[in-house]
Amino acid sequence: MKNALGVEIPEYIEGFGELKPFRGVWKSIIEDEAPATNISRTLKAKKPHTSKLCDNLEAAIKKCNPFDGMTVTFHHHLRGGDGVLMQTIKILDEMGIKDITLASSSLTSAHDGLVPYVEKGMITKIFSSGIRGRLGEIISMGKLKYPAIIHSHGGRVRDFLTGRIKPDLSVLAASAADEEGNATGSHGPSAFGSMGYADIDARYSKNVIIVTDNLVDYPCVPSTVRQHFIDYVVKVDSIGDASKIASGTTRITTSPMDLRIARIAANVIEHSGLFKDGMSFQVGAGGASLAVAKFLREDMKRKDIKGSFMIGGVTSYGVDMLNEGLFQAIFDVQSFDAAVSSSVLNNPNHIEITCDQYANPNNCGSMTNKLDVVVLGALEVDVDFNVNVITGSSGEIRGASGGHSDTASGANLTVVVCPSFRGRLPIVKDRVHTVVTPGESVDVIVTERGVCVNPSKPNLAAALIKAGVKVVDIKDLKEKVDAMTGIPAEKELGDKIVALVEYRDGTIIDVIYNVENLS
Amino acid sequence: MLYIPGNNPAMIQQSGVYGCDAVLLDLEDAVALNQKDAARILVRNMLQTVEFYDTEVCVRVNNMHTPFGLADLEEIVPLQPDNIRFPKTETVQDVKDFMKEVRRIEKKHGIKNPTMTIHVMIETAKGVANVYDIANADSRIDAITIGGQDLTADMGIVKTPDGVGIDYARKRIVMAGKAYGLDVLDTVFADVNDEEGLREETEYIKKIGFAGKALINPRQVDVVHEVFNPTENEVRKAYRVYSEFIRNKNAGIGVFAIDGKMVDAPVVQRAITVLEYANIDLKEIEKSVAS
Repeated sequence: MKNALGVEIPEYIEGFGELKPFRGVWKSIIEDEAPATNISRTLKAKKPHTSKLCDNLEAAIKKCNPFDGMTVTFHHHLRGGDGVLMQTIKILDEMGIKDITLASSSLTSAHDGLVPYVEKGMITKIFSSGIRGRLGEIISMGKLKYPAIIHSHGGRVRDFLTGRIKPDLSVLAASAADEEGNATGSHGPSAFGSMGYADIDARYSKNVIIVTDNLVDYPCVPSTVRQHFIDYVVKVDSIGDASKIASGTTRITTSPMDLRIARIAANVIEHSGLFKDGMSFQVGAGGASLAVAKFLREDMKRKDIKGSFMIGGVTSYGVDMLNEGLFQAIFDVQSFDAAVSSSVLNNPNHIEITCDQYANPNNCGSMTNKLDVVVLGALEVDVDFNVNVITGSSGEIRGASGGHSDTASGANLTVVVCPSFRGRLPIVKDRVHTVVTPGESVDVIVTERGVCVNPSKPNLAAALIKAGVKVVDIKDLKEKVDAMTGIPAEKELGDKIVALVEYRDGTIIDVIYNVENLS
Repeated sequence: MLYIPGNNPAMIQQSGVYGCDAVLLDLEDAVALNQKDAARILVRNMLQTVEFYDTEVCVRVNNMHTPFGLADLEEIVPLQPDNIRFPKTETVQDVKDFMKEVRRIEKKHGIKNPTMTIHVMIETAKGVANVYDIANADSRIDAITIGGQDLTADMGIVKTPDGVGIDYARKRIVMAGKAYGLDVLDTVFADVNDEEGLREETEYIKKIGFAGKALINPRQVDVVHEVFNPTENEVRKAYRVYSEFIRNKNAGIGVFAIDGKMVDAPVVQRAITVLEYANIDLKEIEKSVAS
């Protein structure tokens, strides 16, 4: 069967069952009957005044009675510094547990160590919003038994609630926790800020272990994850590499090209009709995307604009804007540097939120649905405004869906920033290799060689042209870039589906086929 | 005007997208001796293939007293970039020698109506001394520029952030340029991370009459534009002055007053300069007054 983007989707995939094709950004959510919630809170009991503390992670895992075929979940707040996921998988492997479904909210360079566990079949299924590095390469080469599922951040919450992900064991790292499992990322030597992605795991997993390098006296205040969901608590020497978990403050790029693109994007926002008091805003954490915040900050000061709120992935740059009074509040599901942690802890207007509140398409208060402007990056875009943030130029899995499609679906103005080519590779394609965010939800693509406005937004195009913004037809831009770079030959792909890209509503928006050899 | 080393293909390729008014593709100081031929060939080819959009393109060739100057001209002049920059100009004779070669090459290639203009660069004490004559040495010169790094070296002084050592030269060069109706461009600001320093220096050189500044990094473009671009209030005021000027002129009145202040020819000229910086078409204002 074909989905709304013309992608051939299998009706059934071994290991997952029947698949539904993507029909449109809001079509399935609005028109279809709401999916059944196939998950309920596990009833747990504990005798009064007994301890949840375990000597070590292995002892805690043993108490959870691990079994073959179980689903183990993690959050990715420790990013490239995570030491907990690998420790857990190693212990489970030593116990002889196999056929594991791994459901981490994202996977980073810290998880290249998973490769041998995938290759030997100890891990057979993976759900994640992002897969990178060597792990992405071997999955792309077909080494994972079942296709990986790439979901969005909001889609992950939905997958828990509909039972697509059925968590048997969740091992959740915290930078501070007490003996009952009240836990946080906002303080402690390894502080990482918001712990928003861990909430759904804590609430619905059959067994929840809190792992911390900083066991504090009861009660841990403030705490994000609360004790009544937590089965066991483990104090460890280290939850990972603190320098890679969160460090310092975020610095704006000095790349002239990224800055140029960001400047143009800020101009687009200023003349979009949304640049006014009460504006809400989200921006990515790096490159041209974050640099837009620098220019927006200057523009807001110049025009005396006071925004309502920022959401997201929050950097110290966002915190500075909050402290300057440019926005009233930050809703923070994930923090990107050490300076943010102290703001989460100390500023009442810096509000930690769960991923459910952030981006779940199946609730009544998703923050992404209240968003005015979001600025997002891209690995590739196409003439239909579809965006790829997951596969590289060789077809390998190397990126993250994250909240890309969530925020794009909800924002009044979705701005994608990217150079028109990188190295010798054109970025504007006839069709992206993999669609993560459908063009229907993308309003503007900003490149250094012109701004492309989705034809569905003629009024926006007219306003930008009137303001002197260089608006170009995306097909013309593609032709010009192709004339400079040439059109690279497409990498030949195999016929094995190695990953499914699940849109936030649970339908399948694209499939990723195997590549023969990447190394 | 953004300086781009002539032997860097990636930077040349992207130079038209940074929003600067002009780029200078440099075959001179930015290029090592053993890269001179490669840079010349690269710039020649890039001029024919790269899109620079609305950005004016200037090529800085090597001085005619070097082994590379004439070879540069042979390759670049036939392509008629918007301008050629002639470095280390010291005398009227330098200009004459240079222009003789330019015209010979244009004739050889059948270019009857050359569009390329000449920028002369003053970067020695001798050049500063002779700048009035140099500015008037050839009708195709339309801009004059100061090279602060070479000038301080020639003077045997250190270039300081306050620019005091080259202040006389700056002002003399500006006056020579103004005397002959040329655009006068200032030297580079070397510390790309010092945005405030760049802003201060640009504000200063604008005050003493420069029309623009040389840049060594695209990150400097916005600051210089912010300083040179008139503010919204300045544009509104200039618009009002020019509108009233046209209205009064049509009624046969030469001098008039706005809000009690006399408006005469110099005030009108300043208003025109502001409107030109703001890219406002004077004819549109005239039409609007007429209707």
